[in-house]
Amino acid sequence: MLAGVMMFPLRLIAAQWNDKAFNEVDYADSLRSVGAVDLVESDLITLKTPEIAENGSIVPIQVSSEIPGTQRIFVFAEKNPQPLVASFTFHKGVDPFFATRIKMGESASVHVVALADGKYFMASRYVKVTIGGCGE
Amino acid sequence: MTDPMRMRIIRKEDVADIKMLIFHPMETGYRKNTVTGEIVPKHFIKTLQAQHNGSTVLEVQWSRSVSRNPFLHFRLRGASAGDEIVIAWQDNFGETGGTTAKIK
Repeated sequence: MLAGVMMFPLRLIAAQWNDKAFNEVDYADSLRSVGAVDLVESDLITLKTPEIAENGSIVPIQVSSEIPGTQRIFVFAEKNPQPLVASFTFHKGVDPFFATRIKMGESASVHVVALADGKYFMASRYVKVTIGGCGE
Repeated sequence: MTDPMRMRIIRKEDVADIKMLIFHPMETGYRKNTVTGEIVPKHFIKTLQAQHNGSTVLEVQWSRSVSRNPFLHFRLRGASAGDEIVIAWQDNFGETGGTTAKIK
């Protein structure tokens, strides 16, 4: 709806896409490419995923962080061909929270990394995938 | 033109839950056309932004690992009736889309 009307404000934003990080094929490299070093496990990050995903092409995830000053959250599917799945940057006015649906090629850990005040925090969950979804 | 996306905003006091479904193939570049056997080129949304009354509140970068017809839910504070929400996305073919809505 309103397809013609809303195009104008979109031009105001210079969208960034981290080409290097999204193309990394190794999980550790993809972590490094987003700057995630000295990771600390945190139970202030809530990561909800199904335990078993029947269909790897649609795996719902929900993430929220109660770490004060959370500015960014990255999502990784450790065994996907390119492990970095998504990056979210939160500005004033939104909670460090989101839900989306991702593809997983095989059973693997999903990791979320939160950046808050220059420090990186992590939470992980293992998702068992019945039918892989990277060919989708 | 097909329905490019749907967005629903539910406001309780000053908190707005914003949910959207974007109609996009999100091709990984790994899938083969079942008839021709040829690889279907990768075609996916790379970036998405949300604005609240003209200020950018959320910037998203996506990979090919986001599901077809992407779903996104985020949560806005300081929301009032009549506020404007604008969503914009860009894909790897240079195509763009989005929507705009007023909070009720």
